[in-house]
Amino acid sequence: MTDYFDGTVSEPLLAEIRLHMAECSHCEVTVNTTQQTIHIYRNQEIYAYELPETLRDKMRAAIMEKCRCSKPSRK
Amino acid sequence: MATIQSPATEEIHPDVALVARAKEGDEAAFEQLIRQYDRQIFRIARHITQNKEDAEDIVQDTFLKAYQKLHQFQGNSKFYTWLVRIAVNESLMRLRKRRNSKTVSMDEDVQTEEGSVPRDFADWTPDPEQQYGQGELGEILRKTIAGLSPGFRSVFTLRDVENLSTEETAEALGLSVPAVKSRLLRARLQLRERLSKHMKVKDGMTK
Repeated sequence: MTDYFDGTVSEPLLAEIRLHMAECSHCEVTVNTTQQTIHIYRNQEIYAYELPETLRDKMRAAIMEKCRCSKPSRK
Repeated sequence: MATIQSPATEEIHPDVALVARAKEGDEAAFEQLIRQYDRQIFRIARHITQNKEDAEDIVQDTFLKAYQKLHQFQGNSKFYTWLVRIAVNESLMRLRKRRNSKTVSMDEDVQTEEGSVPRDFADWTPDPEQQYGQGELGEILRKTIAGLSPGFRSVFTLRDVENLSTEETAEALGLSVPAVKSRLLRARLQLRERLSKHMKVKDGMTK
């Protein structure tokens, strides 16, 4: 089913799945609502946890400072 | 600096040149890598730990570890995938510390089938983004994803939120591709089940 949602399922299997969904409302609803779930999350969550520019700058400076202080081991 | 854009894996990814320069001690090159990936790493850490402060720490720890281990990165995978792997491990370690008791591993509590077997077959309102305001929907989504176990949350975050490929997700999580697919399906079904109570079609509406 993961392949179905990702669009990587084979043609014959896809046909079989579609046929079954046409006859079985439970499966059809499950598949549709799962697809909606993925869609909702992809649209929403990307924006949900943004990093303000000022914080990005601060973190980057802190990281570089720590990097300079730590000597990367050569081996 | 190489400026070839690389949709195909045969072409050289721009990161390759940046990493090479960073290995030589070029700070600006490493800074560029930070600029490129800090937001994604923050999101991933935030999703897995569900904690903003932890996520901020994890971003720093991840890049610092990457810097220290850069000599170990051989270029067998994409730099980003390698970076994500560090971030996921840091995130799971944080969760372990917070919980303070049981270990939090990728295998922990992904054995549960709860929610993976669909029970709710009521169809959903066709446009939940319309039904709820942005803020409200965002809150619902955060609550439902927080309810997933870390094992499932990690897979879902990488694959469905950050759009890593199945192979990249497998690599970043240290899992096989079939294991990723199986966990992803169960994560999606669990989320679906949890979301269902918020998404019911009103009486009388057809889908």
